[in-house]
Amino acid sequence: MARRGFRVERLPGSAAIAMLTFVLLYVPIVILVVFSFNAGASQAQWEGFSLEWYAAAFGNRQVQEVSIRSLWLAAVAAGIATVLAVFAALGTTRVGRFPGQTLIYALINQPLMVPEIVTGIALLILVAAVKVQTGYTGMGYLVLAHTAFCIPFAYLPVRARLETLDPALEAAAADLYAGPFQAFRHVTLPLLVPGIVAGFMLGFVISLDTVVITEFVKSAGQDTLPTYMLGQLRRTTTPEMNAIATLFLLLSVLIVTAFFILTRVRGR
Amino acid sequence: MRRATWWNWLLCAPALVVLVVAASGPLVIVAVYSFLSPGNLGGVEWTFTTEAWFRVFFSRDMFEPDIVTWNDAHLVIFWRSVWLSLQTTVICALLGFPTAWFIATRRPGNRTLWLFLVTIPFWTNLLIRTFAVQEMIRNNGIVNTLLLKAGIIEAPIQMLYTDFAVLLGMAYVFLPLMVLPLYAAMERMDFRLVEASYDLYASRWASLWHVILPSVRPGLIAGSILVFIPAIGAYVTPRVLGGGRTMMLGNLIALQFGQGRNWPLGAALSMLLLIVVVAALVIYLRAVGQDRGPRRG
Amino acid sequence: MKQTMGLALAAVLGTGAAAQAEGVLNLYNWGNYTSPELLEKFTAETGIKVTVTDYDSNDTALARIRQGGHGFDIVVPSDTYVPTYIAEGLVVPLDDAIVTDRDNILEQFRDVPFDPGREYSVPWQWGTTGVVVNTSVYNGDRNTADIVFKPPPELSGKINVIPEMSDVMAIAVYYHGGERCTDDPEILRAVRDTLMAAKPHWLALDYGTVDAYIAGDFAAGIYWNGASMRARLGNPDIAYGYPATGFPIWMDNAMVLADAPNPENAMRFINFILRPENAALISNFARYANGIEGSEQFMDEVMRDAPELTIPDELKDAGRWGVVCPQEVTDMHTQIWTELLQ
Repeated sequence: MARRGFRVERLPGSAAIAMLTFVLLYVPIVILVVFSFNAGASQAQWEGFSLEWYAAAFGNRQVQEVSIRSLWLAAVAAGIATVLAVFAALGTTRVGRFPGQTLIYALINQPLMVPEIVTGIALLILVAAVKVQTGYTGMGYLVLAHTAFCIPFAYLPVRARLETLDPALEAAAADLYAGPFQAFRHVTLPLLVPGIVAGFMLGFVISLDTVVITEFVKSAGQDTLPTYMLGQLRRTTTPEMNAIATLFLLLSVLIVTAFFILTRVRGR
Repeated sequence: MRRATWWNWLLCAPALVVLVVAASGPLVIVAVYSFLSPGNLGGVEWTFTTEAWFRVFFSRDMFEPDIVTWNDAHLVIFWRSVWLSLQTTVICALLGFPTAWFIATRRPGNRTLWLFLVTIPFWTNLLIRTFAVQEMIRNNGIVNTLLLKAGIIEAPIQMLYTDFAVLLGMAYVFLPLMVLPLYAAMERMDFRLVEASYDLYASRWASLWHVILPSVRPGLIAGSILVFIPAIGAYVTPRVLGGGRTMMLGNLIALQFGQGRNWPLGAALSMLLLIVVVAALVIYLRAVGQDRGPRRG
Repeated sequence: MKQTMGLALAAVLGTGAAAQAEGVLNLYNWGNYTSPELLEKFTAETGIKVTVTDYDSNDTALARIRQGGHGFDIVVPSDTYVPTYIAEGLVVPLDDAIVTDRDNILEQFRDVPFDPGREYSVPWQWGTTGVVVNTSVYNGDRNTADIVFKPPPELSGKINVIPEMSDVMAIAVYYHGGERCTDDPEILRAVRDTLMAAKPHWLALDYGTVDAYIAGDFAAGIYWNGASMRARLGNPDIAYGYPATGFPIWMDNAMVLADAPNPENAMRFINFILRPENAALISNFARYANGIEGSEQFMDEVMRDAPELTIPDELKDAGRWGVVCPQEVTDMHTQIWTELLQ
């Protein structure tokens, strides 16, 4: 492992651009966090430190409900979508051409190609008819709609990861373990983990951002954070929103830290 | 062979069922609606007409109904959306590639940390993120304040409500969709190959071109698709940062389903967008696919 | 039959989530429009728990209600949409036995064109769409749409127009002397030319911009009266104007849906918001007037005699209720609007 003057991380300027990217990513976030502690309602002028917007957010039952609902929905939809996407990726990647493959690709990627407003309207018509027929108005519709929307986002990274795997590894594993399921369990699956994590995270983010579809599919009392905010778009947003965003951020940092420590402990 | 096909379909079946029920099926409704007449205050009347499709491309002069011309407004809006999405994709690739590379070349234990640093901002809602960018570049925002204090500029630069703001915001919003798949592909790369190639070609650019790019191509393709398509339908970001002075396709479609109350026209515009996206995908994948052939051999 | 089957299925699924139990009310309202204090007070008084679901436009709300299966009890559409709800049988007449306080409605809002005799609806809030101007930048006559359509040089490039096609088209059509839904080609041509000529002077067409007015990013624009008042509270130079050529008056109205799961609770809520002290809670939260007699004395100090909430007598005639235009006219408006924003 002796280095001979070349270190791959020194691809020209990559570190500098990466740092610039990280700065760009975090400047708006820092502003957001700072102004969530602003004493005044303005998001442009600093008027002193205060926790009043946090108090307001915690005092606002609706904000709490929609936040929790958003997180729950994102976790469930992204989770289901990732599992389905892994199966689909295994069924379509490195398997040679088979009849109907193009159709499968088209179906999987289809939610990506349609603007949300179209899917939203289409789902509204369909879902409303089902609601009237069955009387069921639970969260199932939102889970289904979000899952469908997350599948392509979960599928692509898993597939990209799978394509770069060396088939020889699995062939060797198949020889050793003598069963396709064991080979999958002990070789393919662990190697797929980065793709699966990336897929789940993408799905989670996409679900958190899905506004229009939720708006049209939701039943009474099923506002999510994005639809709640969309309803406020016509009116001025208050730093209360910044406070909620900061809390979301804190939550994600906690999850990230936990995940990080866990993977460290497992020695990866 | 036949059993393999059967098995592949079975693996895909659960995902396909969800997709057909919640995504493709409803789309058929949209296709049907594009051939109906607008109802009173939204909705449709069940009478067949191609009027909506006619109006996607042509417009009758409002004051002289006999004069029919191309619908310039629609074409301009279409082109603007495509162009903006292309620019967004390129910017995301230019920023995302070095970033993913940087992460993939950290020590294995640290990679997850950097990866999560990329995604953390995106755990907040898209609207909030867009507003955060807005706060940053407004006239008395931090960028202008710093530039003023440093004496680089004398008066605030109007950044908000410009094309620059829209591009910045779009790149900001969609960047992780590029970084994550790129990283997933790079992480599997054999970096010894790169070092060897560096010895062989003795140029970093040559290694980049001949060794690195081919290996990360699947990630780059996935990332470009993931960025381009939501970008072309985006409408919150252009509206907030561009100040809503010009429409994107998403806004145009939303207008027809909303205040314009012409659902068939909205449906036809949606179908057209769908056709454009599919065409772009086919061209893109074909171009990349041809490129790949000889080099692999 | 279908209903029974549906109920049976819901029972099997175990999640008839649209709460039908006693003591529940599902309110479908504009986002950030419902005072939490109001709901708490209602729950304390009646024991009925209220759930609020938001919408962001009249069109979304109507589309949702029309399709059925929504589980909402009360909807709060704008005046222009009220006749459609009534004509399509989406709402029911108010129950005289429970809704007893309709006399509290201000006389001018008691017999309105969109719901004669207030058989179906009660006021939630009302307001106007007019012009807003920063008087430290421009201190001329502000009761004119010229501020936006033919702006003086000092306002050029600092104007924000709300991206509401119907509001903007209404002000522009009135500006050229037309009726709200005129199909007179000459007027519409003039409207288009005016808007196209005005647009280069506009910096943005954006919604939530109270902050931007306070900070001075915008110096003029088309805006709602309540938002304009909030801008003035942050910056005393901000003033609201009523275009003398005509400006829209709007009112959002609470109505009980025909397929409401809890109609009786809904009626009780309707009567609850007719009481001045309760109506004042709505106004204190969302900063618009409410149309209930005697509610001023319960309102926040800053709202009681705000110029934004009181139309000056000499301009009262210029304020006009909205109407829903025929599809051909809406199509022409959309075409102009699309051209404007291309």
